[in-house]
Amino acid sequence: MPTNGVPTTLTQGSGTRGGIGESTLRPDGTLKVTGEFAYSSDMWHEDMLWGQILRSTVAHAEIVSIDTSEALATPGVYAVMTYDDLPADVRHYGLEIQDTPVLAHGKVRHHGEPVAIVAADHPETARRAAAKIRVEYRELPVITDEASALAPDAVLVHEHRDDHHIGHVPHPNVVHRQPIVRGDVASARERADVIVEGEYTFGMQDQAFLGPESGLAVPEEDGGVHLYIATQWLHSDLRQMAPVLGLPEDKVRMTLAGVGGAFGGREDLSMQIHACLLALRTGKPVKIVYNRFESFFGHVHRHPAKLFYEHGATADGKLTHIACRIVLDGGAYASASPAVVGNASSLGVGPYVVDDVDIEAIALYTNNPPCGAMRGFGAVQACFAYEAQMDKLAARLGMDPVELRQLNAMEQGALLPTGQPVDSPAPVAELLRRVKAMPMPPERQWESSEGADVRQLPGGLSNTTHGEGVVRGVGYAVGIKNVGFSEGFDDYSTARVRMEVVGGEPVATVHTAMAEVGQGGVTVHAQIARTELGVGRVTIHPADTRVGSAGSTSASRQTYVTGGAVKNACELVREKVLELGRRRFGPYHPAWATAELLLEGGKVVTDGGEVLADLVDVLGDEAVEVEEEWRHRPTEPFDLRTGQGNGHVQYSFAAHRAVVEVDTELGLVKVIELACAQDVGKALNPLSVIGQIQGGTTQGLGVAVMEEVLVDPKTAKVRNPSFTDYLIPTILDTPTIPVDVLELADDHAPYGLRGVGEAPTLSSTPAVLAAIRDATGLELDRTPVRPEHLTGTA
Amino acid sequence: MRLNVTVNGRPQEADDVWEGESLLYVLRERLGLPGSKNACEQGECGSCTVRLDGVPVCSCLVAAGQAEGREVVTVEGLADHAEQRSHAGGAHGTSLDEARQWQARGTDSQTGEGTRLSPVQQAFIDAGAVQCGFCTPGLLVAADEMLERNPNPSDADIREALSGNLCRCTGYEKIMDAVRLAAARQPEGV
Amino acid sequence: MDFLRPASWEEALAAKAEHPTAVPIAGGTDVMVEINFDHRRPEYLMDLNRIADLEEWEVGEKSVRLGASVPYAKIMEHLRAELPGLALASHTVASPQIRNRGGVGGNLGTASPAGDAHPALLAAGAEVEAESVRGSRRIPIDDFYTGVKRNALAPDELIRAVHIKKADGPQQYSKVGTRNAMVIAVCAFGLALHPATRTVRTGIGSAAPTPVRAGTAEEFLNAALEEGGFWDNGKIITPSVAKRFADLCAAACNPIDDVRGTASYRRHAVGVMARRTLTWTWESYRGAHRTTEGAA
Repeated sequence: MPTNGVPTTLTQGSGTRGGIGESTLRPDGTLKVTGEFAYSSDMWHEDMLWGQILRSTVAHAEIVSIDTSEALATPGVYAVMTYDDLPADVRHYGLEIQDTPVLAHGKVRHHGEPVAIVAADHPETARRAAAKIRVEYRELPVITDEASALAPDAVLVHEHRDDHHIGHVPHPNVVHRQPIVRGDVASARERADVIVEGEYTFGMQDQAFLGPESGLAVPEEDGGVHLYIATQWLHSDLRQMAPVLGLPEDKVRMTLAGVGGAFGGREDLSMQIHACLLALRTGKPVKIVYNRFESFFGHVHRHPAKLFYEHGATADGKLTHIACRIVLDGGAYASASPAVVGNASSLGVGPYVVDDVDIEAIALYTNNPPCGAMRGFGAVQACFAYEAQMDKLAARLGMDPVELRQLNAMEQGALLPTGQPVDSPAPVAELLRRVKAMPMPPERQWESSEGADVRQLPGGLSNTTHGEGVVRGVGYAVGIKNVGFSEGFDDYSTARVRMEVVGGEPVATVHTAMAEVGQGGVTVHAQIARTELGVGRVTIHPADTRVGSAGSTSASRQTYVTGGAVKNACELVREKVLELGRRRFGPYHPAWATAELLLEGGKVVTDGGEVLADLVDVLGDEAVEVEEEWRHRPTEPFDLRTGQGNGHVQYSFAAHRAVVEVDTELGLVKVIELACAQDVGKALNPLSVIGQIQGGTTQGLGVAVMEEVLVDPKTAKVRNPSFTDYLIPTILDTPTIPVDVLELADDHAPYGLRGVGEAPTLSSTPAVLAAIRDATGLELDRTPVRPEHLTGTA
Repeated sequence: MRLNVTVNGRPQEADDVWEGESLLYVLRERLGLPGSKNACEQGECGSCTVRLDGVPVCSCLVAAGQAEGREVVTVEGLADHAEQRSHAGGAHGTSLDEARQWQARGTDSQTGEGTRLSPVQQAFIDAGAVQCGFCTPGLLVAADEMLERNPNPSDADIREALSGNLCRCTGYEKIMDAVRLAAARQPEGV
Repeated sequence: MDFLRPASWEEALAAKAEHPTAVPIAGGTDVMVEINFDHRRPEYLMDLNRIADLEEWEVGEKSVRLGASVPYAKIMEHLRAELPGLALASHTVASPQIRNRGGVGGNLGTASPAGDAHPALLAAGAEVEAESVRGSRRIPIDDFYTGVKRNALAPDELIRAVHIKKADGPQQYSKVGTRNAMVIAVCAFGLALHPATRTVRTGIGSAAPTPVRAGTAEEFLNAALEEGGFWDNGKIITPSVAKRFADLCAAACNPIDDVRGTASYRRHAVGVMARRTLTWTWESYRGAHRTTEGAA
C-alpha cells in the first residue's frame, strides 16, 4: 500500500522482470512499425460497401424537403437513408443528454450535420450519389455567442428541452450552469490592496488525431451487427447505439479496432450508428472512413470560451479573492458540455489557496460546431485565464511571477472552491521550483559559422529573419486537473484475468474493454499482471464488449481505474492460485500455511525468499480466471446553487517554463524550450509517462500559437476544415521538452499513481503566452496568438 | 483502368481502378497494403509517405495511373529495403544480423516477436517513438530515406527532413530520440 | 473520368488540343487534393510524368530553361547558384515529400496568388514557354497572371518550360506563415538585385489577387540607388531609403482578410520582408563589391 507523499515500494512483484516501474516496450510496437497493426480505417471485408454521409451546407435551417430518388437510382448504390428510414422509435443519442438526431429531423442546427447516408460499392459512387440528394433548406437566424443566445427574441436551438438541466438554467439556450460560491467576495475585495481584471478568449481547438473516424459494420446471422471501431469507450457507444438500431445490446457486438489517437474526440459517436444502419439495411458489411475535411465536422471540438476574471491580493501578494465568469460555447448539441462546465468552475481558480471565491461557468447552446471532450476538459480554458491573471497580478505587485504563485500555492489539505479538501500530495510550489531550476537553453542557438540557421529561428524554413527583431521571453505556469470522472458519476472498470499454463509456461491473459488509443494502457496492463502474478508472459486480449465496461479512455483515468481493475483482478487470481497451491502442496511444507506468499519469476516463494513451488506445478491443467468490477472512491455532485461538494477523486499537477523567441516585427514565434515538471504519483512506465507529458505539452503549444477552428460569426460555418488551414505543430515548431517527474504517492490510488495525460496540456499554453508577453510587452488576452495579434494588425 | 506497379519488389496488378484514385487508395484497398496511412489526403501530414522510384512522396497525391510501371516501397517493405541496402554494400545500412541485437524485448502476444525489422523501425520501438502509431509508417519511410542520404544528421537536419510528417501524440521528442538512435547504431565507416 | 498518358510532348499537345478541358497532372500536389476532397472531377486527367524532358533543365548563357516538372528539391539542390531566389522559394514549399513532386509548371498552371515560386520568378525575370499544336510562344512572367487562379494560357496550351534569367546579383526570398514549416504563404516577397542593369526587381505573393511586382517601389529604389551612387560606392543603404522602399512595397499590396491572415497584417509583413530582403541582398552585394574592389 502506498503512503501519501512517499515513493511507492513493492513487495509482491519486486522480483519479476517487466513489472511496474520499468520502461517496458509497447506490446503493439512491432505491428505498428511494420504497418501490420489494423486501424479502424484498415478494415476490409469481402463484398463490403462504402458508406457516405451527406452533411448540411448551412448551420441553422429548417429542412423543407429531401429528395433521394436520383441518388437511389444511381448504379452501384445499395441504400440511401434519412431520418424517416430509421428503424426504431429512439432516434436521438448523446453522452449525457440525448439531444442529437441520428440524422437531421426537420431542422439542422450546425454546419456539417448529418442529413442522409448512402451505401455504395465504391467510395466515389457513394460520394456522387450523396451529391445527388436534393435538400431544400429554409435558413434560420444563427445563434453564435452569448449575446445572440440570450437575446430576448433569441431562437431556441432546442425547442422542447426536457433534460435534467433545464430546471436550473437561466435560459433554454444554456445547457448547464454551475455557480460556486465560498466565503464573501464583497468583503474580501475591501481587504485587497490590488485588484486586477481581465477578459480572455480561448479559441476552438480540434483534437486533430491523425486516424480519421472510421469503422466496419458487419451484419450477423442473428440479425445483429458487429462493429469494428476506433473509439474511447466501447460500452458507452453500445449504450447509445443499440436503442437507435432497435436491437438489444447483446446483438450489437463491438470490437476495438486500431485507434489513431483520440484526445477526447472519440468520446462521442461519429459514424458508428450510420455504418450499422447501412449494414443492417443492405445485409452487407459497410465501411465508413471520413476524410480530413469530414473529420472536422465529424467530432466535437474543445469549447471556445470567454473568461472574465477578477483577482485581488494584499500588498504582500496573498490572494484575497477571485471572482470569475466562464462562458463556454457548447455549440449545437450538448455532448459533454455539462461535465466541462463542472470542471471549468470547480478548477476555475487554479491550484491556489483563496478563501473567498465567486465563480460561475455556463455552457451555451449555439449553432456553432458542437463542442465536448478534449484533453484537459474545461480545466484548460480556465488555466489559460487564471495564469494570465497571476502574471498580471505579479506585475502590478512588482513581484516575481513564480514567487507569487508559490506564495499562494495549494498544499495537501487545502480546500478547493467546492469546499473539498485535497487529500493527496499537492506539490505545486515544488513543481514550480523544479521547473525554474532547470538550466536555461543557450541564447542565440541559431547562430552558426555559416550565418544564421533559419531552421532555428522564428519563421523557420520560410527565411523571414536572420536574427532581426528577435527577442527572447520566458514564462511560467502551473495547473490543476481532476483525474477520473467526477460529480457522483459511477466511475468503474472491469478486468478479466486468467492464468494458465501454455507451452509449459505460466501465462496471464488480461481482457478488458479499455480503448488503447496510443496512451500505452496495454503496456501497463501487462506490467501490472507481471508484477501481481510474477509471470513473464502476459497476453493482452483484444478489447471488446464481451467483457464488462472499462469506462472511457479519458480524464487521465485509465491507468488508475482500469489499471486498478487489472490489479484487483490479478490479486484475486493470485489468491486463488495460492489456494490451489495450498491444497496441492500445503501438507508437504508448513510455510504454505504460515508465511506470506508471493508469486515471483513463475514460482511461489515466501517473503523470505524460499521457493515453494513452480506455478506450472501449482496450476497443472487448471485455469484460474476472475472478472471483477473495480471502482475508485465515490464522488458527489456539486450543489447547483453553491457549488459545494466532494466532486473529485484525484488531482494532477504540472508546471511549465516556456522559453520563446519572437520575431517582434513579424509576430512570428519560435518556442525554444518547454520544460515541464509533473507529479505522477508513481510512474508505472517512465518512458510512456514522459511521452504523455511531451505530447500533452505540444498540444498546449499548438493552441498557444496556431491551432484554431475558425467559425464565421455571420453564418456559423467552419472556415478552415483542413490540415492546410488548421495548423498543428510540426517537428520544426516543437522544442526540446525536458521533463522532471516527481513521484509522490497518492495513497488512495493503485500503487499511489496519478493520472498523467491531461495536466501537461493545461499549463503549457499559458506558459507560452506568458513567455510571448515577456518578449513583446503586449497584454495578449486571447489564445491562440497569431502574427496579427503581435503586430497590431488584427 | 488496369494498373501495373511494383510494390516492395513484387509486381502487382490492379483492375477496375477508378481514374481519380490515388496510389494510396490502391495500396490500401486494392493491394492489401494498408500500412501507408490516410490521415489527411492533402499532402499535409506525411502519413502516407512511400518511396516512388526511390523518392519519398505523399502517395495520396500520386494519381494511381501515374504509378504505372514504377517502383514503390512502403512501410511493409522497409525491412527488406534496408536489408537489400546493406547487402548491396550500400553506404550506410545496418545488416539485419546487427539489427537483431535490438529486437523488441517485450514478451507479449502482440509483439510480433521475431519479425525482421529495419534499424529505424527498431529504434522507433526502443525509443518510445510510437504511441497511437498512425504517423509512424510515414515517419519511418521518411526517416529511413534521410539516414540513407545523411547518416550523421544534426538535430536541425532531422527536424527539417521530418517536417512533412505530423505526429499528434508524442510531441516529437521521442521521434528525435529514435532517429538519433538509429543514426548512432549505424556501423561507422561502412 | 479518363486518364490520358501521353508518352511524348507531341502526344500531350495533341491530347490537349482534342480535349481542352483535360487537366494536366505532374506532381499532383494541387490536382490530387482537389480530387481527394471532391472539389474537382475533370473529364480527363492527363499525366505528364511520362514526358522525361519536362523534368530536365538547361543552363544557358543568360537564362535557365527549367522544365515544367523539375521538382523543387532538384532546384534547391542544383540551381542554387543560377537561380538563388527560386532555390530559396523552393525550400519554403510545403514539405520534403511535396518538394520531391511539385514543380514550377504546376505553380504557374494553378496560378494561385499563394504559389511560392511566383515572387521569385517575378523578381528574377522570366518567360513562360507555352505550347499547343498551334505553336509555341513565350509569355513574359509580368503578363502571365491574369486573375485569381487565372493565367494567360489558352485552353489548348501546356506549359513546357520556364526561362528564368540567371542571377547577376544577390537574390532573396521570404515567406510568412503561421508555422515554422509546411505552411501556405500568408504572404511572400522576392527581391533580386540586377547589378548588370542597375535595377531591382520584386515579387509579392499572396497579398493581391495575383502575384505582383511592386513597380513604384522598384522605380523609387532604382532612382535612389542611382542618385546616391550606391551601385558604385557600395555604401550601406540609408535607413530612410529602405523604409520608403518597404512602405512602397506594402502599398503595392491589395490584400484581403482570410483564414490565413488579415489584410492589414499582410501589408505590414510585406513591408518588413521588403526591408529585410533589401538589407540582406544589399549586404551581400556590398560584400561582393568589396571583394572585387580589394582584388582590383
